[in-house]
Amino acid sequence: MTTLQPSAAIGRSPAGPPVRRTRRSWKGWGFIGPFALVFAVVFLAPLAYSVHLSLFRTQLIGGTRFVGLENYQLALQDSQFWDGVFRVGLFLLIQVPIMLGVALLVALAIDSGRLYGKDFFRITVFLPYAVPAVVATLMWGFMYGTRYGLVGDIDSALGVSLPDPLSADLVLASIGNIVTWEFVGYNMLIFYAALRVVPHSLYEAAQIDGAGQWRVITAIKLPAIRGALVIATIFSVIGSFQLFNEPAILQKLAPNAITTDFTPNYYTYSLSFAGQQQNYSATVAIVMGVITMIVAYVVQLRGMRKGA
Amino acid sequence: MATTTPVRQSTPPKSAAPRLRAPRRHIPGRPRRSVLLTVLTGVVLVYSLLPLVWLLFSATKSQEGLARSFGLWLDSDFDLWANIADTFAYQDGVFVRWLLNTLLYVVVGAGGATFLAVLGGYALAKFDFPGKKAVFAVVIGAVAVPATALAVPTFLLFSKVGLTDTPWAVIIPSLISPFGLYLMWVFASEAIPTELMEAARIDGAGELRTFFQVALPLLAPGTVTVLLFTTVATWNNYFLPLIMLKDPDWYPLTLGLDAWNKQAQTSDGDVVTNLVLTGSLLTVIPLIAAFLLLQKYWQSGLSAGSVKE
Repeated sequence: MTTLQPSAAIGRSPAGPPVRRTRRSWKGWGFIGPFALVFAVVFLAPLAYSVHLSLFRTQLIGGTRFVGLENYQLALQDSQFWDGVFRVGLFLLIQVPIMLGVALLVALAIDSGRLYGKDFFRITVFLPYAVPAVVATLMWGFMYGTRYGLVGDIDSALGVSLPDPLSADLVLASIGNIVTWEFVGYNMLIFYAALRVVPHSLYEAAQIDGAGQWRVITAIKLPAIRGALVIATIFSVIGSFQLFNEPAILQKLAPNAITTDFTPNYYTYSLSFAGQQQNYSATVAIVMGVITMIVAYVVQLRGMRKGA
Repeated sequence: MATTTPVRQSTPPKSAAPRLRAPRRHIPGRPRRSVLLTVLTGVVLVYSLLPLVWLLFSATKSQEGLARSFGLWLDSDFDLWANIADTFAYQDGVFVRWLLNTLLYVVVGAGGATFLAVLGGYALAKFDFPGKKAVFAVVIGAVAVPATALAVPTFLLFSKVGLTDTPWAVIIPSLISPFGLYLMWVFASEAIPTELMEAARIDGAGELRTFFQVALPLLAPGTVTVLLFTTVATWNNYFLPLIMLKDPDWYPLTLGLDAWNKQAQTSDGDVVTNLVLTGSLLTVIPLIAAFLLLQKYWQSGLSAGSVKE
């Protein structure tokens, strides 16, 4: 939603509804003022402070001194950081398409009107969104257990030995499953809400032209909800790059598979709260923020151009 | 995107009549229901429900029962009520404290966030004021910054003014919901006819009165939607309180459950998996109930938001 708004706003002003506004005055500030004030405190001030921190270094001997861009040089060569970046990059490339693909299929199925009990589907698939990440991770974490968990139950019931989902090889996929479970329904709802406002005259025209269901989907429905698809992708990109809750909570159940630099965010957190390296931590966070913005921007550019 | 609105408006009202029975369908009559499609989509439904069903069964089991029974069925002992009683009583009833903390964070944090978003969205939709574009650009730009990147500097700033380890450290950052602001902006520009505001002004109502008596009632569905989503965000928040709070007395439920789970890993820690799971169930139920009860509101609010996407 966020990065898309400027273009939406530009598109609105000429063609948008004829909103007759009162003359330009300061009155509006009375209403936006409280938001702007708190926003400055919890967004702008920390952001500025973060940049400030990243330019300094605190040492046991010599105290805090200005080091210019040295922290950034360090971060760019930090293999712990880049391992984390590649890990979330891999996560992004595999988990996001699966999650959004499933969400889209379910949204199309519900919108097609061909399901029995579609309201039940819509609500139930959405429910996991209301479950806190902590609870979702704990549930799946226990279910993953090969001794007492559901995986263990299946092993003993069928006499098989499933691979341990919490082993170092599989833990990223297991986290991907938790995140998918949490957000399939949310993304499905975004797509479904967008599908519902596709004008029906388009379907009628397609029907007259003899287009089948599949053709209606690819030629009308998908292009019509392209905005929602791009928004969901951008949100998922940002979410993947910020991955923290699930690995941090799962860490207690899989201490050998999840290191404290597992994702860039986890690394930032560990640097600052276990390592007391606030300056370097701020630097890593800024670098990660810049990477996130670049990727989100590329997604937006590509998504908006496609078939436009 | 921009094309949907005009086309939708130009649909001749006559055509609405034959479609009354199935208002959304283009094919005469309803499309044929498909068993195959229902079963295929049902796979996702089962996937979504599976962990919740597992949680429901697990909450009925004692610590020993959890180890010896099959996850998706009952154990020989049914301990749900004992588990609930134990969850509330464990460690001098700290779970109740966490529940009250969570409610405090939700009422003040999510409630405040919704109020600020409604006011701000109304301003963006219905007023032209100096610096409007700048406000817009700054909010959008800053939102693209990962929120977790802000957490450490926010923590350091808050600790300088002595706010960490107090409820304010959790509440103040929760007050900003850019998504809520966006949704209210879209919703307000649709829902409030400017003529109505003009009429109120001509009748001599001040800006505040126009807002509270004319605009606010019209914004109700959007407000409920934003309130629900900010409530979920606050109720489920983990990272922010994790950073800001050291004192377990100020923990929200999420952090408390995490602490109970972690103590199993310490050498002489009390293993209370059954209480972690029962507590999890108790944490989830209020939000699921809220979503089910208020679905009419948030679904209409969300689809209004998507018109402009």
